[in-house]
Amino acid sequence: MPLLSVLSLCVRYNSAKGIVRAVDDVSFDVEAGETLGLVGESGCGKSTLGKAIMRLVPACNGLVVLDGQDITRLQGRTLKSARQTMQMIFQDPYGSLNPRHDVGTIVGQPLSVAGWSRRDIRDRVTELMEKVGLPAEAVRRYPHEFSGGQRQRVGIARALALSPKIIICDEPVSALDVSVRAQVINLLKDLQQATGVSYLFISHDLSVVEHICDRLIVMYLGRIVESGRSEEVWQQPAHPYTQALLAAAPVADPRFARSRTRRLLQGELPSPLDPPAGCAFSTRCPLARERCRQEKPVLRAIQSGRKVACHYDLIEQSAAEPLAVSAAG
Amino acid sequence: MAPELAPRPAPILALDQLQVSLFTRRGVLPAVDGLSLTVAPGETLAIVGESGCGKSLAALAVMRLLPEPPAKIVGGAVRFMGRDLAALSEREMQRVRGRDISMIFQDPMTSLNPVTTVGAQLVEAIRRHTDVAHGEAVNRAVELLRRVRIPDAERRLTDYPHQMSGGMSQRVMIAMAIACGPKLLIADEPTTALDVTVQAQILELMKELQATSEMGLIIITHDLGVVAEIADRVVVMYAGRKVEEAPVEALFERSLHPYTRGLLGATPSASRRRGGRLVDIAGSVPGLAELPAGCAFQNRCPDVFDRCRAERPMLAPLLPRRSAACFGAEKELSRDAAIVGA
Amino acid sequence: MLASTLDFVRRFARNRGALVGFVLVLTVIGVALAAPWMFPRNPLRIVGRPEIWPFTSWRYPLGTDSLGRDIAAMLAYGARTTLLIGLFASLTATVIGIGVGATAAYLGGWVDEVLMRCTELFQTIPNLIFVLTIVAILGQKIEYVTIAVGIVTWTPIARLTRAEFLSLRDREFVQACRAMGMGNFRIMLGEILPNALPPVIVLSSLVIAGAVLFESAVSFLGLGDPNVSSWGRLIGDGRTLIRTSWYICAVPGLAIMLTVLALNLVGDGLNDALNPKLRDR
Repeated sequence: MPLLSVLSLCVRYNSAKGIVRAVDDVSFDVEAGETLGLVGESGCGKSTLGKAIMRLVPACNGLVVLDGQDITRLQGRTLKSARQTMQMIFQDPYGSLNPRHDVGTIVGQPLSVAGWSRRDIRDRVTELMEKVGLPAEAVRRYPHEFSGGQRQRVGIARALALSPKIIICDEPVSALDVSVRAQVINLLKDLQQATGVSYLFISHDLSVVEHICDRLIVMYLGRIVESGRSEEVWQQPAHPYTQALLAAAPVADPRFARSRTRRLLQGELPSPLDPPAGCAFSTRCPLARERCRQEKPVLRAIQSGRKVACHYDLIEQSAAEPLAVSAAG
Repeated sequence: MAPELAPRPAPILALDQLQVSLFTRRGVLPAVDGLSLTVAPGETLAIVGESGCGKSLAALAVMRLLPEPPAKIVGGAVRFMGRDLAALSEREMQRVRGRDISMIFQDPMTSLNPVTTVGAQLVEAIRRHTDVAHGEAVNRAVELLRRVRIPDAERRLTDYPHQMSGGMSQRVMIAMAIACGPKLLIADEPTTALDVTVQAQILELMKELQATSEMGLIIITHDLGVVAEIADRVVVMYAGRKVEEAPVEALFERSLHPYTRGLLGATPSASRRRGGRLVDIAGSVPGLAELPAGCAFQNRCPDVFDRCRAERPMLAPLLPRRSAACFGAEKELSRDAAIVGA
Repeated sequence: MLASTLDFVRRFARNRGALVGFVLVLTVIGVALAAPWMFPRNPLRIVGRPEIWPFTSWRYPLGTDSLGRDIAAMLAYGARTTLLIGLFASLTATVIGIGVGATAAYLGGWVDEVLMRCTELFQTIPNLIFVLTIVAILGQKIEYVTIAVGIVTWTPIARLTRAEFLSLRDREFVQACRAMGMGNFRIMLGEILPNALPPVIVLSSLVIAGAVLFESAVSFLGLGDPNVSSWGRLIGDGRTLIRTSWYICAVPGLAIMLTVLALNLVGDGLNDALNPKLRDR
């Protein structure tokens, strides 16, 4: 049984100009001990999805099942105890810690809310600080005395406090310098090896996701367009949007970067207030046909473990006409 | 200029030991410490470094847009087409900005004036430096928008910045920057705030514009992927100092400075090994007020030895068209030269 | 804790104007506290010849008013009235303001709507007239004047508190607290409020200055407490002699001006000291 199951989740919100479907009929599973990547550009709904799973924003439809328990509509005390299984790390190292509390208080907050005794909290906080590689005496210091990378470690320590089974990481390294990113990514991997925690890793940076995630999901305008194992998706994307993302991602190898021919995605993201009828990607897709503009594609399995939401996916195309389609990279 | 440069066209920009200091409560901090570099016509130079390395301040110094109370140019020269920009008066500098040298910034949403239309801002940019009537300026504005591939250019003239997406606003910024055909364009993290597909479009656009006009381009970034895509030569900065310079392929193939190697190791797409550990550079960048004597990188360098702590390594031309400020690199290369066959 | 308090004091002291203001405020407080010793008897007693000019007599250094009362004594006791009213009115306004603003921001929805309309209602009523009306209804005693001034000055604090809460409510550290199951009340009081307080404190110090001015206006019009000496009252009493013995108005007027100025300077200094963005400048 998967650790986390999301079934047909929808999140809508009202804006001044109409209804925005930020997350539209999303379903996926996260197994124990795995890292699932959630990739997409701005407006795709990945952050909103993460917050909906954490019950920080209300879902208007669908189910979230955590460790066998339906948490979608829980309230009060039952929700609080369910929350101990699932925690979150945030993007902004400067905004995710309360500037008026010292680090020890911050890391101990989940324990305090859960009702632990002061002494137990102190011991656990010391243990957590060590786990994330911060000096023990740092508990008395304030967030502004730490660098971005160190603050992110404090956030990780806080998320680990109650030994959750899954941590939702919302762009945890996007705001950090390159060399610090590597430190935090390595730390997350080490922690996973030591504790078996699962990650739902939300990011717009494909190279980071490909590095750390076992499986990944690609989203566009609130819907899942492709999912599968990282190396398979990376090497042979099935959805034209995934192919476009991979083509656009800069590669730190000048010879390769300049020799490859690639077709860049043109145009702009459609307004979420007025999404295209039919496939959301049809307005920009180089392979779009009549059916795409009229009929929304359904997420279907194409190989073991791979799913794609496309009427004419690339794998099918290349099987039918092996020479006609240029693959990514 | 470094002696190893073979005869090339005269550079449009030459920074000569530029020094910019920050005057703060904690003392005078050397935010840019002896930076020298050149940009030739039609060439793309990338300045790479992490936050606090001084790359943005160096660019602002060239444009004479430094925030004057804390920052100030305290040494060196900024030679543009032979003239020292640091010595110009503010009026003279205003004639240079926008016409001969232009700059675009990271966040297009905050760089454009939110209360006037895009067309009005473009026309203003055009009329500031060229003596044309309003009607002609409007025509040129439409041309510019088409050149930066904004669809439906005429209608866009009456849009306000908030009605445009991030990518579109950045194109408008680029249009304003190239309006008067500058010889040099400085782009400070132009794609950092944009989505990856938009980033690719913008980089492609900049390359195209450069190819048709012999314009020099300085791109400031922390992303080695962007450097690999677009740069001809690369300057790596650390804690206000230049630590390495090389042509782009040479830099990625074999970097000389341990910091550059660390950056490459920490970049997932560069390491091309799925699932392996990323190289992380231990520690963090020292604050400008706490720079150690000797090499600024000594406390994080995996190959540090005594000389690094005692003396500050100066940039040395270690290979043709390449330089690095590292004693370790010097030692290694002289050893290689000895092996190869003195 | 100690380190951050010292840090705060240092940042405050960097602003010269704030230091001057602080010294002035301390002087006023000092005079107010020392009044019973300096002038042991009722300041409203008639003690000498009327209309003695200041600096002309050793016994009455600031002169006497139209009835022969010692201006220096009345000024000293007036300082107590002024400070008391200023302080308590500001306290009342702050408590009401924070309560309304925080509740409106955190609960949102119809609660926010209702509370904001109330705030607007209080804002649209002309302040001075409102104060006078309340004093007229309740009576001319110092406590009622204080309450009246407090009721009139809470609206800017409420608006500021609400704005701060709204911006803090969506910050990631608040979301992190919600994600760990923390209750609403604890989040409001323990997480958001300490971050929202600094600008509110600055505003409160400015509200003290406003309260001083209101009280002076009320007493000037003769509607204040007749049993206490206050600066506004002094000015009011000296109205008729303004052509000849203008010092009777000028001296307390100067005192009000200096005190309000001092409070504004202190408010500026507090802003610099509490505002984290100005660190390391």
